[in-house]
Amino acid sequence: MDYNFMLTSIPLYVKAGKLTLEIAFWGIAASLFLGLACALITYYKVRFFDKLVAVYIEVSRNTPLLIQLFFLYYGFAKIGIKFEAYTCAVFGLAFLGGSYMAEAFRAGLEAVSKSQIESGMSIGLTRYQLTRYVILPQAFAIALPAISANAIFLLKETSVVSAIALADLMFVAKDLIGMYYKTPEALILLIVSYLVLLLPISAGLSFLERRVRHG
Amino acid sequence: MDDWGIRVIFEGQNFARLIMGLAVSLRIALVSVIVSAVGGVIVGLLMTSNRLIIRWICRLYLEVIRIVPILVWLFAFYFGVTKVFHVHLSAEIASDIVFSLWGIAEMGDLVRGAVTSMPKHQLESGLAVGLTRLQVYRYVVIPQAVRRLLPAAINLLTRMIKTTSLVVLIGVVEVLKIGQQIIEVSILKTPTASFWIYAVIFFLYFIVCWPISLYSKKLERKWQS
Repeated sequence: MDYNFMLTSIPLYVKAGKLTLEIAFWGIAASLFLGLACALITYYKVRFFDKLVAVYIEVSRNTPLLIQLFFLYYGFAKIGIKFEAYTCAVFGLAFLGGSYMAEAFRAGLEAVSKSQIESGMSIGLTRYQLTRYVILPQAFAIALPAISANAIFLLKETSVVSAIALADLMFVAKDLIGMYYKTPEALILLIVSYLVLLLPISAGLSFLERRVRHG
Repeated sequence: MDDWGIRVIFEGQNFARLIMGLAVSLRIALVSVIVSAVGGVIVGLLMTSNRLIIRWICRLYLEVIRIVPILVWLFAFYFGVTKVFHVHLSAEIASDIVFSLWGIAEMGDLVRGAVTSMPKHQLESGLAVGLTRLQVYRYVVIPQAVRRLLPAAINLLTRMIKTTSLVVLIGVVEVLKIGQQIIEVSILKTPTASFWIYAVIFFLYFIVCWPISLYSKKLERKWQS
């Protein structure tokens, strides 16, 4: 094991780790937004759009991210719609994550009891107030474990974006293996990097879950 | 669009080759699913063991597999393990191993969930009416555990099929790789080939996974009531 090599490679991993986190952050934020929108459309049975959402959820959940990215990045480029690799990665992640988040929010929304909604209506809340102050806070608390599991899932899925030439953690490891043939060193650093990213996040999320449950 | 690139799919053996590529991914998924079904039940039952140390080891195994992306494990096995131990693994065998290890861990967790969610009085009532332990398992515990388990296990199957798309990145020649070969051959004649080929591959995965997802949902609904 070449420890010196590992030590000098750390800055490369830190830089790549930042990119991984950045893509994951935007991807997760966008998928939360998309997921909430889809879940609300399904919940309130908005005409026409609920059919669209149903189709989107099935398509997104039953195809792999790698294929979605290839289609978006290499496929669309050929018919004149070009994306930057970075944009494409965030789009892909949002397209995949949106449906997972939608399912999580939907389960949360459906779990809000009818008496809560009827009580809200009987004291004269408007539909917006009812959603904003009664339904969403409760639905969010119920959906939180599923949402945080999805967030971790999406962060792990970002490892695929190296396939469309983004210099994330996976890419750096591949690069080091290709250039210096330091396979075990590069791979150990890769695994350690993911642990460094994921362990605090997963611990933080389970702390948040406990807070919400007892709060 | 200047020309209909979709005809690339139907030229020569192209479509048949794509299907053959898909079969490679599906074979990896199938092998790992069979291994995980058997291994997962064993690991799952071990997770409910009374011995703390056994539970702890299984838990550690599950968390270690889970916390790192599958793509990283594929690299670790295909490039790392082979180099450290001086063995040769073909990319396909490495994929089989990684997907089996992952499947056993996930399936084990599902089995553990199904077994521990079973109310204790079920087992005790069975014993109280005079069934033998074997009969209790055969007629009371297992049928209920299967109902809790099966929808989630089928879901895991679609996840594994989707995730097998990653094996192209360690050099397995499967549907995506064959798609790229077709694109390279026809790039001069049909510049839009990559759009259509990737669209078809996208559709193929959907066609494989969608019915399985629907079936899992149907079972869930049927057994919930």
